[in-house]
Amino acid sequence: MAILLNKNSKIIVQGFTGGQGTFHSQQCIEYGSKIAGGVTPGKGGTVHMGLPVFNTMAEAVKKTGADAALIFVPPPYAADSIMEAASAGVKHVICITEGIPVLDMVRVKKFLKGLESGADGAAGEGRKVYLVGPNCPGVITPEECKAGIMPGYIHKKGSVGIVSRSGTLTYEAVWQLTKEGLGQSTVVGIGGDPVQGMNFTEALSLFEKDPETRAVVMIGEIGGNAEEEAARFVKENMKKPVFSFVAGKTAPPGRRMGHAGAIVEGGSGAHSSKIEALKKAGITVIENLSELGKTVSEKLKEKIYT
Amino acid sequence: MKLLEYEAKEIFEKYGIPVPHKIAVIKTLKDVELCMMHHGTAPLAPQVSEAMPTTGTGPWVVKAQVLAGGRGKAGGIKIAATEAELADFCKNMLGMEIATHQTHGQALKVKEVLVENATNIAREIYISVVLDRSKATPMLIACSQGGMSIEEFAKEKPELIVKMPVDIDAGLKDFQARQLAFALNIPGSVFPEFTKIARNLAKIFIESDASLVEINPLALTKEGGIIAIDAKIVIDDNAVFRQKLLASKPDHESSEIEKEAKEIGINYIGLDGNIGCMVNGAGLAMATLDTVKLAGGNAANFLDVGGGANVEQITKAFQIILKDKRVKAILVNIFGGIMKCDNIAQGIVEATGKIGLKTPLIVRLEGTRVKEGKEILKNSGLKIEQADSLWEAAQKAVRSSK
Repeated sequence: MAILLNKNSKIIVQGFTGGQGTFHSQQCIEYGSKIAGGVTPGKGGTVHMGLPVFNTMAEAVKKTGADAALIFVPPPYAADSIMEAASAGVKHVICITEGIPVLDMVRVKKFLKGLESGADGAAGEGRKVYLVGPNCPGVITPEECKAGIMPGYIHKKGSVGIVSRSGTLTYEAVWQLTKEGLGQSTVVGIGGDPVQGMNFTEALSLFEKDPETRAVVMIGEIGGNAEEEAARFVKENMKKPVFSFVAGKTAPPGRRMGHAGAIVEGGSGAHSSKIEALKKAGITVIENLSELGKTVSEKLKEKIYT
Repeated sequence: MKLLEYEAKEIFEKYGIPVPHKIAVIKTLKDVELCMMHHGTAPLAPQVSEAMPTTGTGPWVVKAQVLAGGRGKAGGIKIAATEAELADFCKNMLGMEIATHQTHGQALKVKEVLVENATNIAREIYISVVLDRSKATPMLIACSQGGMSIEEFAKEKPELIVKMPVDIDAGLKDFQARQLAFALNIPGSVFPEFTKIARNLAKIFIESDASLVEINPLALTKEGGIIAIDAKIVIDDNAVFRQKLLASKPDHESSEIEKEAKEIGINYIGLDGNIGCMVNGAGLAMATLDTVKLAGGNAANFLDVGGGANVEQITKAFQIILKDKRVKAILVNIFGGIMKCDNIAQGIVEATGKIGLKTPLIVRLEGTRVKEGKEILKNSGLKIEQADSLWEAAQKAVRSSK
């Protein structure tokens, strides 16, 4: 089961023949992911790493029956690639690209909403597309499918779901859990941009419904109010235990801490308000990152034996 | 990227949003003299940056061009009634240090001063377009009272705030602008002018790839006009590549070290502590600063060395960190994923050798080929202290920094 991706997921890589696309596709294939081919406009009909290259997503999906897209297209064109993938009929779109203009993502969200609601003119098809990212490490269901740039070997199949706004911070959390003997059901990097596809709440709701997931670790950071919204969702809708770490306690307000979304502005997005909301929702908040693995492990044991 | 008030007002003018008549932007004491000399007569000498010929008489308003709200209370806005006063205020304001509630304990040096005709304000309104992250849309926010910061309004008078989503393709629609004008009690005499300002504000937001466009206050004048007294525009850094005109403007926000780091592709933000930090990934970098604090120390910087940390990048990162003379210890926290720990260790050894690093160095490596990486550091003959966890590394760094 897990969420989003599994061993049957068939992936098309957009920006397949570029440096990033080539390197990471290779890594995904070695991990065992089913990469069906790629799209690079103008290179259709050629073969790259033994796989077919198509000019358009529509053709790629039609010929391979792929149900997921993985995007490594440069920032000026990435938003268009997301919309191309969504309209070609894949169910999951994972966009790794960092640096997409925020208003491009606003247009993407409007487009996806149109596809889903069927209300936005001709585009409406009543079809839900799950977009993960942009500016994220991707999605991995350990030992089944890796669609992203995360190091595969640190993961282990298991029952802890992880959703995170950060890249290397996620690896840190995964690694600590794996070392504690706690495997992961699926690890979703939702990315560090202010306007993104899947948010915490959507990922949490998928994890809550997934029978393989027993607990969820949510890794947030300063900026925006996604953590506060997630806290509300957890309080009202979740039975599974949720753990959380939020980065940026000591970050100065008004400065963008690497990620476009990680900025405390006009009193919103502060660390303290997030922690308060998470605690109120009954979420176990981890203050010291180094204790994440241990804390989750101890709490879960407690739950089983008591 | 944040624009200064006068830069933002130039954009306003292009979009037909009325702003006070600009006399000059003063950058040096010489500019003050030139401005006085030519005031009211011929066009100003070309040496006077961004200056324009003047007409009429005072009063004038003299405004410090710094990127922080609350300037007025800190002495950064003065009204001059006479030319002598005007000259005095300009001279005093240049080079002055301004600290407000938005500068977080640091003072900003005034490098430019804007002089414009003063306005007879009858009523102040707040209006802005911001990015609503959770709704994924630009949102127009307005309040029938202006002057205060919108955060204060949101806290104290939430019932006075009007919100209106702006369609990314259509902009602010006519009916929305009308609805807004009625909600804010805009008098009939300036009604059409106001709706035009509201729609053009949304247009500026979309066409300039902004994350904030704000007029606070938008003033109704005693003479029955409407005019943007202040102007604030923040541009999305990710969109700078297609905002060529805006991109050519100088970066007023970053320090010299920050600008230098940016040029070589390193994300660096200077902080107040004495522990230099080098981390891969923004989230882990933030978490490292937090851990240092938890261990009783203070980080000197945020530094994300990027995903593919090679020798060159690591060398540059060390050099950037060491430009801050307060740095007493350096903490390197790298999670080797695709980039393997032995390669990173090799990079650290070569870089420290290359620059002859004297500052205590604490390294925490984790991830792919970590054992080999640690061996390389251990056998390098360099004084590198290693740690197995981030917590241990932070504690060691704090000890070394004291």
